[in-house]
Amino acid sequence: MSEFKQTFNSSLGKKLIMALTGLFLCTFLIVHVGGNLLLFKNDQGFAFNSYANFLTHFPPIEVIAYLLYLAIIVHAVYALVLTISNRRARPIGYAVVNKSPASWSSKNMGLLGSILLLFIVIHMGDFWFTYKYNNILGFKEYRTNLGTNETVVSDYKPETPDFERSISTENNVEIVRVKDLHARISSSFSHLWYVAFYVIAMGAVSFHLLHGFQSAFQTLGWVHRKYKPIIYFVGTWLFAVIIPLLFAAMPVVYFIQSLSK
Amino acid sequence: MNLTLKVWRQKNTQTAGKFVTYKAEGISPDMSFLEMLDVVNESLTRKNDEPIYFDHDCREGICGSCSLYINGHPHGPKKAITTCQLHMRTFSDGETITIEPWRSAAFPVMKDLATDRSAFDRIQQAGGFISINTGGVPDANLIPIPKVIADEAFNSATCIGCGACVAACKNASAMLFTSAKITQLGLLPQGQPERYSRVQAMVAQMDEEGFGNCTNTGACEAECPKEITLNNIAFMNNDYFSAKLFREEQAHDHTGGE
Repeated sequence: MSEFKQTFNSSLGKKLIMALTGLFLCTFLIVHVGGNLLLFKNDQGFAFNSYANFLTHFPPIEVIAYLLYLAIIVHAVYALVLTISNRRARPIGYAVVNKSPASWSSKNMGLLGSILLLFIVIHMGDFWFTYKYNNILGFKEYRTNLGTNETVVSDYKPETPDFERSISTENNVEIVRVKDLHARISSSFSHLWYVAFYVIAMGAVSFHLLHGFQSAFQTLGWVHRKYKPIIYFVGTWLFAVIIPLLFAAMPVVYFIQSLSK
Repeated sequence: MNLTLKVWRQKNTQTAGKFVTYKAEGISPDMSFLEMLDVVNESLTRKNDEPIYFDHDCREGICGSCSLYINGHPHGPKKAITTCQLHMRTFSDGETITIEPWRSAAFPVMKDLATDRSAFDRIQQAGGFISINTGGVPDANLIPIPKVIADEAFNSATCIGCGACVAACKNASAMLFTSAKITQLGLLPQGQPERYSRVQAMVAQMDEEGFGNCTNTGACEAECPKEITLNNIAFMNNDYFSAKLFREEQAHDHTGGE
């Protein structure tokens, strides 16, 4: 056991932990953006609320979710430990700022990561904590006629305070009663400052992953002439452009919709 | 050429240093940076001032003695050269040049611009060698080596251990130097027996010396006078994780059936 302790206390071991947790968080982003695209479905939150209900009531997802929270904490703690030791390695700085050519994002990973940590705390407090532990969300009832596939939406008042969800079928009509997270999202994204914070945070995601994704492969030692361009391409286009743009589009679209209401 | 120099002056490791401004007058653009400092030092000596102390030896870019962090760049603004190969025509007449020593906890300033870089020697001594018994001279091409391996090993072997990578790195990390030494030996057949013990010993020594941790910014690669690449760091990481996580360090005990 002490051998592993020594390995992960070395400079390279700590970097390995940063790389592995970072890549795990990257894969989570793909799932998260995919599921949340349901927000763009114009069905008064039926698909999105059902999806949120599924995520919170399917046990394997719960296990992965707690691994995810652990990965966020470990990534942040090790970043702090490494940054402190990096500062100690140069107690007296230079009078002339270093002009060596290095990308802006690679030199500001700590700043970008701090913005992201603040964002994650606010984001989880507003949606995750409210959904799971704060009993302030209302419920929606979706009645779908299975013959015509038409859905009627209405508010639902639970009969007992600990009501979670229910799915039943009555005479060819499917009744789905779930927590209305969609309404919470609509109200949160109707505030301009909140939308602005989200867009800034997604900018931070973009620049953090522009360096972070390819950097993880370098740390793992997986550098090969044939695969390097593919890693750079995926890191740049998928993780630094497409995913942050899709995420940022969600609050922006909801804000524009809230203006016309 | 007439120049203004802002030079870091520090009596010894224990005392604090400060910048002192000097005039460098009548400098030929064909002089090297170190020759310019020689001229300044001559005038200082004539005035009975203490000359500026800086490291130098071969003055042809192969020994790794000269250092100097010039205007925000280790070895000055030009690519792939050492300070001794930097010519004054790189600068313009009347320019102010700021000269600082390498800044790293592991490279304490000894005097003025000279730092103690023996941390690099200790990393090298921890495993940067091949243990071999001497004997008759083997035939030159006895062991075939693929050209791509030989080329990579030679590229890594060009590292002169000047410390510009540490000076350029925002984390004062020595991973480019350490990885070049590990890769040079780890690629070649003669380096194989000690390959996985070497990488562990050298990384452990590097950590002990108090260098920072690489964040893959690539500043070291850009400033290296010998153009050592980040690929060396990837090679070191790969060998290190392989050694620590997957390789057996001892033979299995003989526990077979009776």
